[in-house]
Amino acid sequence: MKRVALWALLSHWRHRPLQFLTLLLGISLATALWSGVQAINAEARASYARAASVLEQGDLIQLLPQPGRQITVADYVSLRRAGWVVSPVIEGGYRFGEARIRLIGIDPLSMPREGRAFEISGGNDISSFMGAEGELVVSAATAAKLDGKTDIPLKIAAEVPNDAAFTDIAVADRLLQRNGSIDRIVVAPSQQLDVSDLQEAAPWAVLRSPSEKPDVAQLTDSFHLNLTAFGFLAFVVGLFIVYSTIGLSFEQRRSTFRTLRSLGVSLQSLIVLLMLELAVFGLVAGLLGVTIGYLLASTLLPGVAATLQGLYGASVSGSLALRPEWWGAGLAMALAGTACASAQNLWQVKQLPILSAAQPRAWAGLSARVLRAQVVCGLLLLVLSAVLAFAGTGLVVGFAVLGALLLGAALLLPPLMSGFLKLAESCAGGAVTQWFWADTRVQLPGLSLALMALLLALSANIGVGTMVSSFRLTFIGWLDQRLAAELYVTARDEDEAARLRQWLDGRHVTVLPIWSTEGQVLGRQVEIYGVADDATYRDHWPLIRGNQDVWDAIASGNSALVNEQFWRQGEVDIGQELELPGGWKVKVVGVYSDYGNPNGQVIVDVTALAQHYPDIPKLRYGLRAAPAVAADLQRQLMDEFGLPDGNVLDQASVKQRSREVFDQTFTVTGALNVLTLAVAGFAMFASLLTLSGRRLPQLAPVWAMGMRRRDLALLEVVRTLLLWSATFVAAIPLGLVLAWVLLSIINVEAFGWKLPMHVFPLDWLWLGLVALGAALLSVLLPVKRLATVHPADLLRIFANER
Amino acid sequence: MLLTISGLTKSYSTAEGPIAVLKGIDLQLQAGETVALTGESGSGKSTLLHLVGGLDQPDAGRIIVNDRDIATLADAERALYRRHEVGLVFQQFNLIPSLDVAANIAFHARLAGRQEPEWERQLVEKLGLTALLNRYPEQLSGGQQQRVAIARSLAVRPPLILADEPTGNLDEATGDAVLDLMLSLSGEAGSALLLVTHSMRLAGKLDRQIMLRAGRIGG
Ligand SMILES: Nc1ncnc2c1ncn2[C@@H]1O[C@H](COP(=O)(O)OP(=O)(O)O)[C@@H](O)[C@H]1O
Ligand SMILES: [Mg+2]
Repeated sequence: MKRVALWALLSHWRHRPLQFLTLLLGISLATALWSGVQAINAEARASYARAASVLEQGDLIQLLPQPGRQITVADYVSLRRAGWVVSPVIEGGYRFGEARIRLIGIDPLSMPREGRAFEISGGNDISSFMGAEGELVVSAATAAKLDGKTDIPLKIAAEVPNDAAFTDIAVADRLLQRNGSIDRIVVAPSQQLDVSDLQEAAPWAVLRSPSEKPDVAQLTDSFHLNLTAFGFLAFVVGLFIVYSTIGLSFEQRRSTFRTLRSLGVSLQSLIVLLMLELAVFGLVAGLLGVTIGYLLASTLLPGVAATLQGLYGASVSGSLALRPEWWGAGLAMALAGTACASAQNLWQVKQLPILSAAQPRAWAGLSARVLRAQVVCGLLLLVLSAVLAFAGTGLVVGFAVLGALLLGAALLLPPLMSGFLKLAESCAGGAVTQWFWADTRVQLPGLSLALMALLLALSANIGVGTMVSSFRLTFIGWLDQRLAAELYVTARDEDEAARLRQWLDGRHVTVLPIWSTEGQVLGRQVEIYGVADDATYRDHWPLIRGNQDVWDAIASGNSALVNEQFWRQGEVDIGQELELPGGWKVKVVGVYSDYGNPNGQVIVDVTALAQHYPDIPKLRYGLRAAPAVAADLQRQLMDEFGLPDGNVLDQASVKQRSREVFDQTFTVTGALNVLTLAVAGFAMFASLLTLSGRRLPQLAPVWAMGMRRRDLALLEVVRTLLLWSATFVAAIPLGLVLAWVLLSIINVEAFGWKLPMHVFPLDWLWLGLVALGAALLSVLLPVKRLATVHPADLLRIFANER
Repeated sequence: MLLTISGLTKSYSTAEGPIAVLKGIDLQLQAGETVALTGESGSGKSTLLHLVGGLDQPDAGRIIVNDRDIATLADAERALYRRHEVGLVFQQFNLIPSLDVAANIAFHARLAGRQEPEWERQLVEKLGLTALLNRYPEQLSGGQQQRVAIARSLAVRPPLILADEPTGNLDEATGDAVLDLMLSLSGEAGSALLLVTHSMRLAGKLDRQIMLRAGRIGG
């Protein structure tokens, strides 16, 4: 019996392959976008965790300095004397020529086994690691990068992540000029003493337990939240498709349900059968979706990896691992989504009386009550969003502002449209126009979900597009200011650098040293750059606080500029005194914008920098020369010193490279944007297809009274285009508000910089055209069906035996 | 002669092969004449009506309305024919669900460019629809819906009204009342009426009765 009943239910799909396909694709697309994003996030998090456990000994308890203090060798020694099994670590960024490497200095003798990333076995290994020359333990890729750039011998260990090097703590201390200051102390898991007494023994330190998230993971949280938000938006939009398709299939099977029930299938088993059917579809489509999501993620991951590297300095491997838990989660999401989208319909089946003739579907007008409720909810959400925007702080609040704004606006869309249509209907002159508006209003309930989805997708497009373009414009303007020198030269070692300075001395070239070091300032690892007293900086440097006078102050050697991200973290302000490593005190006189840099930065006078830190590498220089001379100079430098291409760069190619990094940064967002729009278009298609099945009783009388099928079909196209256009128009202001929220709230929280908003109406036009194209595509099939519907099908409407 | 049908045949192709429904119909209707078409269920009454209404095309034969053969018209011309020369009343789903009663009644006349407000007002009054003008079809009973459909078909004053069991879904008393109104009003409008009905009693109220049997007009 059950099998027969199931067969009867399933036979529906055999006659409606398109509907079947729509349903499966709806579930698949929703799942694909969601799980694709999750795959990217999971991969990135795994990379952070790997890096944390290998590079940061993240699995062990550690002691970090209290803010404003440094850990000294004496601190360490006192712990050892007290009987603690601990080991010191120094780390920092170090530049070997062009290559920037994360240098981690460890003491192999005291480092507990659990904190060692690689094997050091036997005396041979240890003696070469700790020998006079030192040794850098790196991955094969890093070794290739460093080849010829350093005299320190390299040793390859597969466990070490790229762009990082382990070395003896003495070597690291020398290279990073720490003069005995220690960054953190690793605590061995097996201790004679009780770890709970550790804090007392080291009051100068902050205890970090192993369970805490790696720093990078915290830093990049916002980025991943961003992706998740996008993935979820796409998922919801995709569910609209599923919802409308399931609704249609249930409606068309009402008489089957009745027949089955009158033949003795209990309501309960009918519902169980339907749930079984949906579960199987959900599972199959979910599998397909997870597979598509995997492909999507592996396509996008290299871009994301580049973004994370560029924005946060976080290293993520560019290839995707297969994770069983991720497949499971994707399938669960597909099933949950299918359940959500079908709950209402299953409920209706439960309410369906066995008897009662198939009622003509009552005019599905949105009842005034529902519309009013939507208006109230929508307005409340918008108010909430505004209040949060001006009163709240933090990234989560930022996203709440976004969510409330989008949902509120989407809820307001159908009532607004309904109002406009009513107005148009009362103003209409001819019979056909009046009918057209009235009929459109009747379609609104069936289309409102799809239109809301479309509104979300379009406004996300406009909002994110505006944000990215504004960012790009600002960024390029900033590059122009920042990269003022015509040539950028990097010497391979200090000898070469000295010869280079000498060689340049006799020529008409202004030499701007680009020397830097790293160190702890206010408890944060920051970069400290030196600048020469030169007009180039006075004319070009992108200051956002402070005026021309700051340069005199800087030249005096006792003042400093800080970058925007450092400033916005809230601990630095103008006029404040900063203590740089080694006790050098400088006053903050200005703030400059510094996009695309994950780190805090301080700028001081270059001569003073070299005096305070005599051992800093002096390899990089910006050269100012007349443009006509610059090309010659570049060639001469390469000939004279045998410098490779990468070491002598002209301004244009540096800018080009920066722009590429920038564009790479937003490929994911762009791709997700387009995909979301595509899903919204598909949702519209599914809704129109659903409606086209219900349209015949509405259209048949009009046809009988002398309208041609062709004209009716044409009106359907016009209607769809109109609704899309109206949604598009509504999406523009919404998108702009969205862009404002992104630029002024989310970006500040997530990246630490605020950007001016620029508007690009041409982009909208382009988006509008794409949207219209999608509208045409979505209506094509339903309309073709209508235009060629057989008169017999229309006539059957009027007969009793339907 | 308003309508002359000769040698009309129509068959439908089904999964079990073609079935011939009309096998050579000959029929004439004068202007203003009312004719009842009866016959068993499935005998082809609706099919015939649809062909005369220009809603479907015959296999062979001629349907001359006002000296024009409807059977050979192109799609666009047939739409115009329906718009200007016939009023249609079906068994159900006559009305446009998105328009209120007033707009439904006026719709066909406005489409035909032939609105007569005074005549419409009279129809509304005589059919007892005054109180219903602002309602939507879904808010009407079956009888009310049929009266609106009748008002709409009469509002155009077409030369020919085709009604397919307009009272089929109504109870006897309501059906009688609706038919009486229809007859008197089509007389006022000067329209001929071809009406399909099951009921011999109702058929008796019309000028002439014809019966469809085995695909032909019987006695
Ligand atoms: N579109 C169609 N396709 C196939 N058969 C049809 C179609 N329309 C009507 N028929 C068949 O033609 C015959 C006549 O139908 P119809 O004209 O509706 O009869 P009546 O109105 O007299 O009850 C019936 O047997 C019916 O099943
Ligand atoms: Mg019939």
